[in-house]
Amino acid sequence: MSATAIAPRSAAVERGEAAFREARRIRRRATLFYLVILVICLLVAADISEVYIGTLIDGLPRIFEYFWRTMPSFRLEVFFADWETEGSFAAWMYRIDKWLWLIFETSQMALLGTLFGSMISFALCFVAAKNLSPAPWAYLVARRFLEFLRTVPEIVFALIFVWAFGIGPLAGILAIILHTAGANGKLFAEVAENAETRTMEGVRAAGGNWFHRMRFGVLPQVLPNFVSYFLLRFEINVRGASVLGFVGAGGIGEELYHVIAFNYYEEISALLVLIILTVATIDLLSERMRRNLSSGTQMAGAH
Amino acid sequence: MTMPTPQQVAALRRRMPRAFGPTAATRGLRALAWAAGLAWIGFLLWWFNFAPERIWNGLSGLGTILVLMVPPSPGELWLEILKGMAESVAMAFLGTFIAAIIAVPLGFAGAGNVVTNTLAHFSIRRLFDGFRGVDQLIWALTYVRAVGLGPLAGVLAIATADIAVLSKLYAEAIENAERRQAEGIDAVGGSAVLRTRFGLLPQVLPVMLAQALYFFESNVRSASVLGVVGAGGIGLQIAERIKVRHWDEVAFIILLMIATVMAIDFISGRIRRALIGAR
Repeated sequence: MSATAIAPRSAAVERGEAAFREARRIRRRATLFYLVILVICLLVAADISEVYIGTLIDGLPRIFEYFWRTMPSFRLEVFFADWETEGSFAAWMYRIDKWLWLIFETSQMALLGTLFGSMISFALCFVAAKNLSPAPWAYLVARRFLEFLRTVPEIVFALIFVWAFGIGPLAGILAIILHTAGANGKLFAEVAENAETRTMEGVRAAGGNWFHRMRFGVLPQVLPNFVSYFLLRFEINVRGASVLGFVGAGGIGEELYHVIAFNYYEEISALLVLIILTVATIDLLSERMRRNLSSGTQMAGAH
Repeated sequence: MTMPTPQQVAALRRRMPRAFGPTAATRGLRALAWAAGLAWIGFLLWWFNFAPERIWNGLSGLGTILVLMVPPSPGELWLEILKGMAESVAMAFLGTFIAAIIAVPLGFAGAGNVVTNTLAHFSIRRLFDGFRGVDQLIWALTYVRAVGLGPLAGVLAIATADIAVLSKLYAEAIENAERRQAEGIDAVGGSAVLRTRFGLLPQVLPVMLAQALYFFESNVRSASVLGVVGAGGIGLQIAERIKVRHWDEVAFIILLMIATVMAIDFISGRIRRALIGAR
């Protein structure tokens, strides 16, 4: 096929081409318009927070220097020596017994908080599900309450509870409970809303009241999902609990704050590595448990 | 069909005990697991000092605080509060923007269909997961030590904490993209750049933008507490007012935070729906 084979364009093709060009022009103009809005937002944000490209670039060397100093200074020839030898792995982790205990405490704070918080979510979720709620006003009240608990950050709750309940893990656990109740309450309610309603109708036909309908009509369907969300939230809460100590609410946070505030560089990296390993382990375990759970429900659904 | 006699039922029960409900051993194990779980919870309650007396005292203290919170009042320094809130939103916006930009190349690096070496793919993904374990507030505190007090530390903390998670989500979006469009570009002789631009980008860009908006929403929440460690924003205001027990102003700030978060959620939700269609 050569150029000579091209016939003169018909009017229809011309019209089509023109329409295409017009559509493309409008699209490009829209893209440009949104880009301009984005740039304006960026400039306004930079102006408000006084963070400009220049300040960012000026900060970079200091950031690299800081994180470079937190790196452990190993010397290969004494890497496996005991903790009194400078440059060994054991010296880097010289307070590992105390740190591991604090991390364990943090995880148990998260466990207790997730457990009690999820219990509150559980108590409220059937009321907060639109199609299951016993009364419209109850639905609204429950939803707004959960929204409030979810929106206020954990740390703010912790700051207030430290005043009311004193310094220590109790304040932190209560903060986790409230935030978890809000976050899981919404998820639980959404699961309950999507539950199959025919089982409920069966219970109603057999003369069951609202509690019977929830217990025998909805709960068996939604329980695996609830457990799955519980495990997910537990992992999130372990991470969140690691900073509650910043405001005196218990766990590893206080030690972490101390180490960072006093520039004990190598201890910062040691602690961060331990926290990352802990969260990663919990993540792996909970992922496996959740997978078992979902394959179990699929089998139950196959009957 | 006739009803089985009791003898037949007994015989069946002997032959297939598990078809008649859990065996005694299973039930025993279950009871034991429940007992152990409850005992552990009891131990935790004791360990963390959930004494009824202490709870009661705390609740009455909390009641006093709640009474003092009504009515919420902006106080004399209300302009500072508004500025702090605006600063938090600005920090969230800048931090998310930086993270979203840096996460694009990292997302490509973490996508299994771009970087096909299994070891590289696995280690990049694990690195993303590892970074996720460090809370934003920890990053904020380290950045305060590295670059000093102020919003810059907050922006950097938000960006650092989000890069890893966004990269992972971007990598998943790239992996889930339909291959046929890219093959079509290949078939008409397009280069690798053209393949990415016309075969991949139109599919993944809306998803990436939607994810970035989600992160912006959640960052507005978290940016409002970064000030507690001195990283800028409204957090400093709330921490100071709690210290001096101006509870009515604390209540005002909390309400302002909720209102801002809701407004941002509303706006960003509309943009998201416009980008990826109603879902």
